[in-house]
Amino acid sequence: MDEIAIRVEGLGKRFRLRHQNGGPRYRTLREELLSAPRQLLARLRQKRSTQEEFWALQDVSFEVKRGEVLGIIGRNGAGKSTLLKVLSRIMDPSTGEATVYGRIGSLLEVGTGFHPELTGRENIYLSGALLGMKRDEVRRRFDEIVEFAGVEKFLDTACKHYSSGMYTRLGFAVAAHLDTEILLVDEVLAVGDVEFQQKCLAKMNAVAKGGRTVLFVSHNMSAVLQLTSAALVLDKGLVAFRGATSRAVAVYSDAASPGSTTHYDVEHASRRYAGSNAARFLSLSFDRPDALFRFGEDFHFRVRICALEDVGQLRISMTILTQEGTPVGSCFSADGDGLRASEVADIVVTLPNLRLAPGRYSCGVAIGKGNNRTGHVDYDVVCDVLAFEVTPETGAAGTVAAWPRGWGSVVFPELIHQTQLVKQEVAQ
Amino acid sequence: MPVPQSIPTLRIRPRHGLAALNLLEVWAYRDVLWMLTLRDIKLRYRQTALGVIWVILQPLLAGLLFALIFGRFAKLPSEGQPYLLFVFAGIMGWNLFNGIIQRAGNSLVAESKLITKVYFPRLIIPLAGALSALVDFAVTLVLMAILLAIHGTWPGAWLALLPVVLAVNLALAVGLGLWISALNVRYRDFMYALPFLLQVWMYASPVVYGLSLVPERWQGWFILNPMCGVLEGFRQTFLGASGLTIPAIVTTLSAAVLTLTSGAVYFRFVEQEFAERL
Repeated sequence: MDEIAIRVEGLGKRFRLRHQNGGPRYRTLREELLSAPRQLLARLRQKRSTQEEFWALQDVSFEVKRGEVLGIIGRNGAGKSTLLKVLSRIMDPSTGEATVYGRIGSLLEVGTGFHPELTGRENIYLSGALLGMKRDEVRRRFDEIVEFAGVEKFLDTACKHYSSGMYTRLGFAVAAHLDTEILLVDEVLAVGDVEFQQKCLAKMNAVAKGGRTVLFVSHNMSAVLQLTSAALVLDKGLVAFRGATSRAVAVYSDAASPGSTTHYDVEHASRRYAGSNAARFLSLSFDRPDALFRFGEDFHFRVRICALEDVGQLRISMTILTQEGTPVGSCFSADGDGLRASEVADIVVTLPNLRLAPGRYSCGVAIGKGNNRTGHVDYDVVCDVLAFEVTPETGAAGTVAAWPRGWGSVVFPELIHQTQLVKQEVAQ
Repeated sequence: MPVPQSIPTLRIRPRHGLAALNLLEVWAYRDVLWMLTLRDIKLRYRQTALGVIWVILQPLLAGLLFALIFGRFAKLPSEGQPYLLFVFAGIMGWNLFNGIIQRAGNSLVAESKLITKVYFPRLIIPLAGALSALVDFAVTLVLMAILLAIHGTWPGAWLALLPVVLAVNLALAVGLGLWISALNVRYRDFMYALPFLLQVWMYASPVVYGLSLVPERWQGWFILNPMCGVLEGFRQTFLGASGLTIPAIVTTLSAAVLTLTSGAVYFRFVEQEFAERL
């Protein structure tokens, strides 16, 4: 039976932005009172108010059949998260309509509602209730959840004493046992160690095969390819493609193809990881017409940031990921001079001698202070930006160097070798 | 496309103007309300070193201090009853009011992570704060019973008034709590002004003194403060005597109804922007 589980018609979501560079979305009453006379004056002079509109979703229409597992892919700020938030009723749409047939559950993070002071047992019940499970339901599946997470011994220990791996496992375990007919899943797999990620993927696969309807948002193309047979590509809030996953991934890769984009406006993009928000990225860009880098070249880009509070020190850190979303490596800059509140600055970042194998990559970039040795705080983190391509080296004779994928993504510096003779040839 | 009747159907569309209160939905999500309330209670009693003792000590010490300063030194009249009982009845009512407003008022901002990650009727968040404040009230109720027993007085039939006074107190506090929690999302400096405003409000309300102490010609203005009726109501309940007047009862009752309905309506009106602003 080709029954419909979700029907989305002309869905749109508008955000009203205040014209404050990277400013917070709330104001203080004091500011409001102080600016009231000024605004009144402006209105008297027939000036338009300085509100700006931004459509995160525009005229999005699609249908999902019962039992279908649909991947949703798209670049940062393409509207994926907004779509899930509207479908899970966290936000109201501005236009259009969505109809959902069946109980819907959404997993937008791991460990929804977890509180570090509560014990594992208490958190299971709390998180379960928040995700929409009845208390009986949680009780019935309690043992399964505990077993899946592997935390039997620590059930009555406060979760603040858990290792981050245990915490994540328990969070996923509760979510994985949610029994709604329709599931909305956002990037849940992007956490945890590799072994647990595989366990999660297997569980997700079982869920998908179990005849339930799943909407799966991810940046991890290999996970999308593995879990879904159909996918929706969003681009700037519009549906760019709806069809077979393999073709969708191709469409997405083309849209995200390096060379086409050198500027990323991230001021209003949603953040996958919450920073302390002391400073915020406004944009990131390559200072060149394309995003092609030769092997061994210096990799540089420019970020524009705005301080929301006084920040004493500032450093940039970066993780480079392969096209499939697998991290290749990370690096930190030293702490540099800080900024005062509401100052905007450009920072030019250089990673000397880019030793990456030919291929496509993207970056996650963070501003903050401290590093992996001193302990770090991130003010703001943006993912899936600065897509670039490393072009193959040309050899001395003009031949293109070959680098099979099986060799990995990093080209280590040239090996040093020394021959030490251990047995001398006997002179005849 | 035909859809079997048994499948629940959810329509998601833009909201225009006032939405229905939809208390039925709150009821459908009662498990969430219960779990959040339970969490608040557990956290409060687990995190502080003194735990439950603090909930007993705080009103008791305040009562004893007030009894010493205002009863013994200043010799304020107390409707012919022991001043400690008199002031404790006031503290009970005020602490409940104060507790609900503070907890409900900060609740939305404190739960911003939940609001942006999972759906349930937002009304549940301030309500859970209010419910957890009721537990403290239950403790002071036991204290009051002990104090009454020590003094050998018993309120008798007036005790039947308790549910009514409690309901009015709740309506006022929850109504204001809803207003403040929603305003807090828009204007974060509300949070800083709140404790100060509540402090001033306490001294403007008959907590340490009785309504009968207020000069006749000011009473008309004075009873515009709806807490007058509530606090004097608590005294009437436990001591069988108070400065309660008909105009005070009328203003308090109408303020309670007005605050609760306007708070709920305003909350529903701005609810949809919470997830975007937090």
